[in-house]
Amino acid sequence: MSAAFLNTLEVMANGLMAGVLYALVALGFVLIYKASGIFNYAQGVMALFAAMTLVGAMEGRVPFSHLINAVFGTEVHHFGWHLPALLGIALTIAVMVFFAWVVQRVIFKHLVGQEPIILFMATIGLAYFMEGFGETMWGSDIKTLDVGLPQGGSFAIEDFTATWAAEGERYYGMYIDNLDMVATVVAILLVSALVLFSQYTKQGRAMRAVADDHQAALSVGINLNFIWVLVWSLAGFVALVAGIMWGSKSGVQFSLSLIALKALPVLMLGGFTSIPGAIVGGLIIGVGEKLFEFAIGPYVGGATENWFAYVLALIFLVFRPQGLFGEKIIERV
Amino acid sequence: MLYREAGDFKTSYTDDGQTFPIKFDRIGYYVALIVAFAIVPFVINDYWVNAIFLPFLIYAIAAIGLNVLVGYCGQVSLGTGGFMAVGAYACYKFMTGIDIWIGGVQYALPPINIFFSVILAGFVTAIVGVLFGLPSLRIKGFYLAVATLAAQFFLVWLFNKWSWTYNYSASGQISAPERGMFGVPVTGPNTEAWATYLFCLVFVVVLALIARNLTRGSVGRKWMAIRDMDIAAEIIGVDPLKAKLSAFAVSSFYVGIAGALFFSVYLGAVEVGEAFGIQKSFLVLFMVIIGGLGSIFGSFAGAAFLVLLPVLLKNVLVSGLGWPTDLAAHLEFMIVGALIVTFLILEPHGLAQLWRVIKEKLRLWPFPH
Repeated sequence: MSAAFLNTLEVMANGLMAGVLYALVALGFVLIYKASGIFNYAQGVMALFAAMTLVGAMEGRVPFSHLINAVFGTEVHHFGWHLPALLGIALTIAVMVFFAWVVQRVIFKHLVGQEPIILFMATIGLAYFMEGFGETMWGSDIKTLDVGLPQGGSFAIEDFTATWAAEGERYYGMYIDNLDMVATVVAILLVSALVLFSQYTKQGRAMRAVADDHQAALSVGINLNFIWVLVWSLAGFVALVAGIMWGSKSGVQFSLSLIALKALPVLMLGGFTSIPGAIVGGLIIGVGEKLFEFAIGPYVGGATENWFAYVLALIFLVFRPQGLFGEKIIERV
Repeated sequence: MLYREAGDFKTSYTDDGQTFPIKFDRIGYYVALIVAFAIVPFVINDYWVNAIFLPFLIYAIAAIGLNVLVGYCGQVSLGTGGFMAVGAYACYKFMTGIDIWIGGVQYALPPINIFFSVILAGFVTAIVGVLFGLPSLRIKGFYLAVATLAAQFFLVWLFNKWSWTYNYSASGQISAPERGMFGVPVTGPNTEAWATYLFCLVFVVVLALIARNLTRGSVGRKWMAIRDMDIAAEIIGVDPLKAKLSAFAVSSFYVGIAGALFFSVYLGAVEVGEAFGIQKSFLVLFMVIIGGLGSIFGSFAGAAFLVLLPVLLKNVLVSGLGWPTDLAAHLEFMIVGALIVTFLILEPHGLAQLWRVIKEKLRLWPFPH
């Protein structure tokens, strides 16, 4: 195989891995949108908040230490303990479930029946609030998150693929990040678990019933409030997984919350209401933007990844307005 | 008692069709105009103009523009920041003189007066807005909202990479040279507070009047029909192509003018990603929603609210309590977010609805029956 072909292959492989991560974030959106019709812009900030809480819990930071110091003039920073990763994750999940309960109780209970745009704006307000809240709670410095995931490139794949190149060509093998591979495996496990949960458990069935028709679900005795808290908790859990993956890769910092913007074109492509759509859409966007940047990017000045996904999704939607797997839009007067 | 709609008789169609048919509104409007034109310019200084009046006036234009699109025509747009950037860069090119390369020869137009540069920038933005509005004929609702993000990211990227738009300057920034009206500078470093204020105020008043009359007339009614239900509107004879694209054009025209003023008069120098990022799109959308969808008065109220709030918080937290600025910035985020959510829960129809409720009360006050 020629080196150029192998390079393209490498770009595609990396695009697939990036796509899996996009799909992971998009999944959180789909879960909430299906069950409650809320387009949750705060999903990205939830990932940031979850990752921050995890770091804070593991390092034993004192929550709100900046605020406490400013108000009382004290000098508190750390409790002085270090939690193991698993305990920290368990604690963070508890925090995210509590968060889901609070959000449902304080905000969306009062907004039932409002127009979608109002709900959407409420989630943007929520995103602002959580951004400020997270940084007040844990500080705005860039934190390193280490839950024991492997870092760096994989030498095994590099050595193995180096032998693929044709004789006499200078080719040094593919660079594939270990973390990306772990993320892919985790994402696949997570999606399978979610599908199993929604197909075979009582709560999962109730969740699907609510997604199908609120009023019908209510009339057969399903507790809507409980389901919504459950869905927000699940989305919080997905956000935590996404936060761990992105946080281990590039540190826990504000830019982590911008992954929500990466997930939006994925949603458009796949359809807001479809879990398989989120995954396929993520893969298409991941591969597409990496290939475009590789092939065309150098001619137009690079950094095309910022907008390519959106333009691709836009062009695609003109031909299929409900996305790849979205429910067919039927309009009646 | 105070606010009366009854007893205000009209004897001609012209009277009945004027911009503010109710006497109380009309008096309020004239009082506001007199205060804005005859009193404010004499009492303001640089701090007031730069911290409050200029951002308020400019955001009010942007909010009116977005309100035309979102509030009146029902097409949610998150590309406001990108369209403001188009206005800013177009204004920059017009005020420094556009250069065109044809067959290796450079032709340069002379610089255009700042007033007309701003208006031309509005027209350029309107064209770009129509281009990005084309998908709205196929895509609806949230899909469209996300699709307009394509405009946001693509335009910001374009102005970063296309060096012709920033006259090949090494820093990639654009900075406004000194330009003026009637010999009084309104852009550049040597401006007077009252001059910049009046320059923006003229735009605001004229554009707001046009918007109010557009939305009262047949064009506005078509937009509202599309907003309420586009299929039904089509059946009663509203052409969705014309209605949607005209809404995009008018909205982008306003947003473009806001962007041009934001760059040339208010900031003076602009880096596109920083000044016209996605945060700006959300900010203007917040103004529209907090102020009230489908209300010109609401656009002003929303702009005033979101311009004043951070100034107030900063003065209380940093100057008043002496807290570190980064902590105050975080708390500001929390407070703004919490206020927005509270607002949406208590009054989803915005400040304009609040004003309507007050009018209801004033009608009866002080006698409850």
